[in-house]
Amino acid sequence: MRIGERLHQFFRSEKGVGLLLVSPTALYALLLLAVPLIAIFAISFLTQTGVRDFEPGLSLVNYREALTDPLYRQLMLRSLMVSGLVTLITVLLAFPIAYFVSFGVKPEHKSLWIFLITIPFWTSYLIRVFLWKVILGYNGVLNSGLQAVGLIDEPLTFILYNVNAVVITLAHAYAPFAILPIFVALEKIDRSLLEASRDLGESRTMTFLRVTLPLAAPGVVAAVLIVFIPTIGDYVTPRLVGGPGGLMIANMIQTQFLRLNNAPLGATLAVLAMLIVAVISILFLILGHRAAGGGKANGGRK
Amino acid sequence: MTIKKRPAGPALISLSNVQKHYGDYHALRGITLEIGQGEFFSLLGPSGCGKTTLLRTIAGFEDYDSGTVMISERDMRGVPANKRPTNMVFQSYAIFPHLTVLENVAFGLRKSPMSKAEKRAAAEAALEMVGLKGYGHRAAHALSGGQRQRVALARALVLKPKVLLLDEPLSALDRKMREQMQVELIKLQREVGITFILVTHDQEEALVMSDRIAVMFEGEIAQCDDPEVLYRRPKSKRVADFIGVMNFLPATCREEGGKRLVSVAGLGEAEVAADQSPEGFPQGAGSVGFRPETLTLLYEGQVASHREAPAVIEEVVYYGDMTYYDVRFEGVDKTVRISMRNIFGRDVLDVGATVRVSWSPGALVVFKEGS
Repeated sequence: MRIGERLHQFFRSEKGVGLLLVSPTALYALLLLAVPLIAIFAISFLTQTGVRDFEPGLSLVNYREALTDPLYRQLMLRSLMVSGLVTLITVLLAFPIAYFVSFGVKPEHKSLWIFLITIPFWTSYLIRVFLWKVILGYNGVLNSGLQAVGLIDEPLTFILYNVNAVVITLAHAYAPFAILPIFVALEKIDRSLLEASRDLGESRTMTFLRVTLPLAAPGVVAAVLIVFIPTIGDYVTPRLVGGPGGLMIANMIQTQFLRLNNAPLGATLAVLAMLIVAVISILFLILGHRAAGGGKANGGRK
Repeated sequence: MTIKKRPAGPALISLSNVQKHYGDYHALRGITLEIGQGEFFSLLGPSGCGKTTLLRTIAGFEDYDSGTVMISERDMRGVPANKRPTNMVFQSYAIFPHLTVLENVAFGLRKSPMSKAEKRAAAEAALEMVGLKGYGHRAAHALSGGQRQRVALARALVLKPKVLLLDEPLSALDRKMREQMQVELIKLQREVGITFILVTHDQEEALVMSDRIAVMFEGEIAQCDDPEVLYRRPKSKRVADFIGVMNFLPATCREEGGKRLVSVAGLGEAEVAADQSPEGFPQGAGSVGFRPETLTLLYEGQVASHREAPAVIEEVVYYGDMTYYDVRFEGVDKTVRISMRNIFGRDVLDVGATVRVSWSPGALVVFKEGS
């Protein structure tokens, strides 16, 4: 068979058509994701000498510096702490909302509720962050409100330009992202399973713990990852509401690239941050799989 | 087959005048019912007749507006499902997908005072009882439909409930599997001696399995009897029509000198006994019903055991073991179905043939309603 004929046949087969369909997206992802990632990885082994000058040859100098300098370690730990806290708060608050929409709302009103939950997305992320500045500021809505009702005498200062403000702002921004996967997981639970649990003698609370929660675990894992991964790299929010004490690793990466002219060190920090996030995410995935009972059942139908 | 009668003594489950509305819809219209200890009881009816609602009411999943539900002489009002001595096999089986087969079966044993090893042994014994020995470690999602159902059964029976509720448990299985499970369920019920309440829309299934059957239409019990009575002496045309095949012919009824006489179109006049008119003997126009197997086509040389009437064959449906003939009696404008076993050496008759049909007055059921 001639090659042209073979190619023709391949692109008419299911596999070939599938390949053709995904190729624009794949190309896009390759150019805009894979290539920059590889570039960052490569740059992290270089040493910068001037504005656009790099020393020839590869070295691990940047990695040594990134791993030994206490400043970078502190920023990394703070980033982990902030995004960990944001994830915890967001998921804890999102679960009851998702539960309410899934179990407490009439089926015909569910899509309306989901629509309402996505309304914050209608406003740009930046503007929402600025709004939090207005709310949390020294003369902000919260302080003047509390002062007006006489709950406080002086404006609270621990709520803006520090880590607290970063956590509050990020938790709000990512709430819908956490609600949706949990809602979907809860929706997928066959309601007769809950009745079966009641029928087998378990109370509402125990049914929630023994049936609902494990079956919602995939949604919770998804929510955790969706919140944790982007927040650890967020740099707009710390920059705008974090003050000097609220800066995170992404701010340092930006500083290295754009201000200190040390792209290799910035790249190194980025690679290390990605590695840490990847390890934590994988650990969490495994944990979630266990919680959902995936690890228990061995051997399928033979 | 011998029919088990409901054992004497207080009823295990006793419903009186249970009413239930869903908004404007009257789902249960005054259900009064007693079910005995160890009985295999079926709720039979078309979809939407309220049979599942009634079952869920007994299980504690549905509230009811008025009336009383008693189980073991205890009023169940306000008692949640987890506090009732009932367990249910759900139509979807409701096997927990995140647990193994053994964990599913042992689910309800958490609060039991048994030791861990004893619980495990109990769950394994329950699995063995339903024929799934050695399946304990399997994932729930790796089971076939029939196996899932067995797990659901084991999970309910391991708790030794007073009542096992089965919500259309066989409807999702294929025919062969369904027939096999019917027999297994009957055996299992005899073995454990627990009261079974089965919801089904399949009249054959109800007849095969039950000690007693309650036929429901539109939220009401139309008749509650053992299968044989239900089949032979249905109380209304509707019940007669729902259970098996029933032929109806118009008839004129009169009482004369203490005798109940019916004059059936195409068949002639006959005397019937009192129990042949379960809804009361009508005066004047009514109808009679009779099952296809109570009629016989007479071949040459055969003599009718009771009465005979001439008819013409209009349709022949051959089933291998059986042949169904649709025949028309003289002077009647509708056909009557006759079922004949295909005995070796007996020919299947052709459409258009004129035949003699043997019938017996004792097989007739008289209804007030015209045909």
